[in-house]
Amino acid sequence: MTTDQLTTPSSFWNDTGKTGIASWIFSTDHKRIGLLYFYSTFGFFLVGVLLGLLLRLELIAPGRTIMGPETYNATFTVHGVVMIFLFIIPGMPGAFGNLIMPIQIGARDVAFPRLNLFSWWLYVIGAVIVLTSLFTGGGPPDTGWTFYVPFSARTGTNVSLAVLGVFTVGFSSILTGLNFVTTIHRLRAEGMTWGRLPLFVWSIYATAWVQILATPILGITLVLIMAERILGAGLFDPGRGGDPIMYQHLFWIYSHPAVYIMILPAMGVISDVIPVFARKPVFGYKMIAFSSIAIAAAGSLVWGHHMFTSGMSDTAILVFSFLTFIVAIPSAIKVFNWVSTLYKGSISLEAPMLFALSFILLFSIGGLTGLILGAAATNIHVHDTDFVVGHFHYVMFGGTGFAFFSAMHYWLPKFYGRKYAEKPAIVAWALMFTGFNILYFSMMVLGLKGMPRRYYDYLPEFAPLNLVATIGSWILAAGLIVMLVNLFRGLFWGEPVGSNPWGGATLEWSIPTPPPTENFEEEPVVTHGPYDYTKAGVP
Amino acid sequence: MNHVAHKDYAGAKLGMWLFLFTELLLFGGLFLLYSAYLSRYPHEFAAAGRDMHVGFGTLNTVILITSSLLAAMAVTAIQRNERRNVLFFLGGTLLCAITFLFNKYLEWSAEIGNGIYPGSPRLIKGPPGESVFYSLYYLTVGLHGLHVLIGGTLLAVVAVRVKRGTVHAGDFVLLENGALYWHLVDLVWIFIFPLYYLIL
Ligand code: HEM
Ligand SMILES: [Cu+2]
Repeated sequence: MTTDQLTTPSSFWNDTGKTGIASWIFSTDHKRIGLLYFYSTFGFFLVGVLLGLLLRLELIAPGRTIMGPETYNATFTVHGVVMIFLFIIPGMPGAFGNLIMPIQIGARDVAFPRLNLFSWWLYVIGAVIVLTSLFTGGGPPDTGWTFYVPFSARTGTNVSLAVLGVFTVGFSSILTGLNFVTTIHRLRAEGMTWGRLPLFVWSIYATAWVQILATPILGITLVLIMAERILGAGLFDPGRGGDPIMYQHLFWIYSHPAVYIMILPAMGVISDVIPVFARKPVFGYKMIAFSSIAIAAAGSLVWGHHMFTSGMSDTAILVFSFLTFIVAIPSAIKVFNWVSTLYKGSISLEAPMLFALSFILLFSIGGLTGLILGAAATNIHVHDTDFVVGHFHYVMFGGTGFAFFSAMHYWLPKFYGRKYAEKPAIVAWALMFTGFNILYFSMMVLGLKGMPRRYYDYLPEFAPLNLVATIGSWILAAGLIVMLVNLFRGLFWGEPVGSNPWGGATLEWSIPTPPPTENFEEEPVVTHGPYDYTKAGVP
Repeated sequence: MNHVAHKDYAGAKLGMWLFLFTELLLFGGLFLLYSAYLSRYPHEFAAAGRDMHVGFGTLNTVILITSSLLAAMAVTAIQRNERRNVLFFLGGTLLCAITFLFNKYLEWSAEIGNGIYPGSPRLIKGPPGESVFYSLYYLTVGLHGLHVLIGGTLLAVVAVRVKRGTVHAGDFVLLENGALYWHLVDLVWIFIFPLYYLIL
C-alpha cells in the first residue's frame, strides 16, 4: 500500500463532518476516542516515568541527593497516583479496549458513542484537577497513592483536590465499563457467538464488570476523605469513635479488584498475540476465557491481604490469606495455557511477541512474589519494604506495561497504516527487559534485607544494591526512548503495511488498513473462531 | 457517511440498570460503615436514633413513594400517548421532589439548631458512637439528597422533551430510564428511613 491508502476517503482519518482539533475531541468514533485515550494515558505514563527516575536518582546514594524528605513524599505520591489512576487503569480499556474491542466483535461502534466521548472528557477533567492539585493550595499531596487516614485527613497538602480528581476519573471508568458490557452483550455481529469472542474481548468484558462493581466503592471512600477533611466528620478518627482500619477496608475493597482492571486486559492482549506469533490456535480457549471471569470474581474477596499488619483478627488473616492463594489458580491456568500454545508452534520473534513472552516471565515473577506477600507469615517480614515495590512493579510494569508495549507494536500499525522498524524495536526491547530486571530485582532483594519503602534515605549497607537499581532505571529509560522514537517514526513515516501484516484471524485483520469510519462495509457474518488461521483475513 | 440511526432499547435499558447498580454500591459503602459501627456502638446508636425526628422521616417516605408512583404513571401514560397526563404526572413527581428537599431543609435546620452536625462542639463532647451516628446520617442523607436533586433535574429535562415532542409514544426510553433512576432514589430512601429513624 502507499500513501494513498492513508488518504482513501473512507478511512477514519479522513471521513468526518468536523475539521481540525474538533474532529478529535468531539468525535464519537470509537477509534478516534481510542487514540485520544492512548495519547493522554501514555502521556501520563511518561510523566510518571520521569518522576520514577527522579525517585531512583534520589536513592542512588544514602543521604540527601537531589531532594529532601518532603519532596520525596510528594514525588512518590504523585508518581503512584499518575501511574495508577491516570495511566494503568484507564489506559488499556480506554485505549485498546476502544480501538480494538468493537471491531473484534464486528460492531460499528460501542453501544453508547456519546457516553464514550463523555467518559474521555471526564477522564481529562479529572486529570486536570489532579494536576491543579499539584500547584495550588498546600502543594502536591504527600500521602502515598493509598491516601491512608489519619495522615490524609490531617496533612496540610492539597489532598482534597487530588481526591476529587481521582473521583472524577473513577466515574469515567465506571461509564466505560458499563458501555463495554452493554456493547459486548448487544452489538456482536451475526455468527459472533460467545464461544467465538477473541480472548481480548473476554478480558475486556471481565474488566468492565470489575470497573462497574468496584469503582463505586472507591468513589464513596474518596468522598469520605473529603468529608473528613472538609466537614470534620470524624468517621475514621479514633478520638471521635471512628476507626482508621475501616478506611483501609473500604479502600482495598476497590483497590485490590482494581489490580485486575490493570492486569486482565493485559492478559487479553497476550492471549491474542501469542497464538498469532506461534502460528498455532490458542491452547485451552475456554479455560482462558473462564479464568478471566474467575479472576474477576475471586479477586473481589481478597482485599484483606493488604492489611495483615493493620490489626485484623487472626481468623480474618487466615481467610484472606487462603483466598489470595485461590486467585493464583486461574492466573496460573492462563500461564500454562500460553506456554502450551507455544509448544511446537513455529514461533516468530517479532517485537509484539518479544514483549508478550517477557510478559509471561515478568508476570510470573510478579505473581509468585505476590504469594509470598499473600502468605500471612512471610508478609509480616516483608510488609512495607522495597520487596512490595519490586513485586508490584513486576506485575504492573513488567506485566501490564509490557503488554501495553506489545499492543502498541501489534495494533497501532493497523490504525496508522505504517509500521516501525523491526531491529531497533528488538534492541529497545532488550534494553528495557534488562534494565527492568536489574532495577526491580535489586529492589526486591533490598526489601528482603529490610529496606523500607517510601523512605528517601537508608542505611549504608543498602547502598550497593540501590546504586545497581538506579543504573537499571537508566537502562530501562534508554530502552524506552529507543522504543518510542522507533515506534512513532515508523507509524508516521515507516513502511506501509497491508490489511493483515501479522496473519491474524480476528476480525480487525479482515478490514482495510486503516479501518474505515464504520469499520465494516456491510455487517459481517462471522464464520469461524478467532484463532482459526486457515481462515485468516475473512470474517 | 450516514450513520443509520438505530435505537437499541434493550441496550439502553441494560446500560441504565448497570448504572443503577453502581449507584447502589456507592451507598453500599456507607451502609457497610453503618453496620460495622452499629455492631460496635449499639447503645449510642440506639440513643441517637431515638432523638431523630420520625415525623419528618415518615412524611418524606410517604412523599417519595407517592412520587415514585407518579413517575410510573407517567411511563404508562406515554405508552398510551397521553401527553398531557405525562406532563401532569411528571409535574407531580417534581413537586414531590421539591417538597422532600424542603422538608429535609427544615429537619436539618432543626438538628443544626440543636448543635448536631458533623464536627459540632456538642458532638465532640458527647459519646464517640453518637458522633459517628450523626456523621454517617448527614453523609448518607446528604448524598441521597444530591440524588434527589439530580433525579429531579433529569425528570425536568425529560418533561421539556415530552413537551417538545422529542420524547413520545414511539421513543420514550429516556422517560423510562429517568423513572428508573427516580425509583432508585426512592429505593435508597426506603433503606435509609428504617436504618436511621425506626429500628433503633
Ligand atoms: C521507569 C519506570 C519507573 C521507575 C523508575 C519507578 C520507580 C519507583 C520507585 C523507586 C518507587 C518507590 C518509592 C518508594 O517507596 O520509596 C515507586 C513506587 C511506585 N510505583 Fe513506580 N516506577 C516506574 C514505573 C512505574 C509504573 C509503570 C507503575 C504503574 C503502572 C508504577 C507504579 C508505582 C506505584 C503505585 C508506586 C507506589 C507509590 C506509593 O508508595 O504510594 N511505577 N516507583
Ligand atoms: Cu491486593
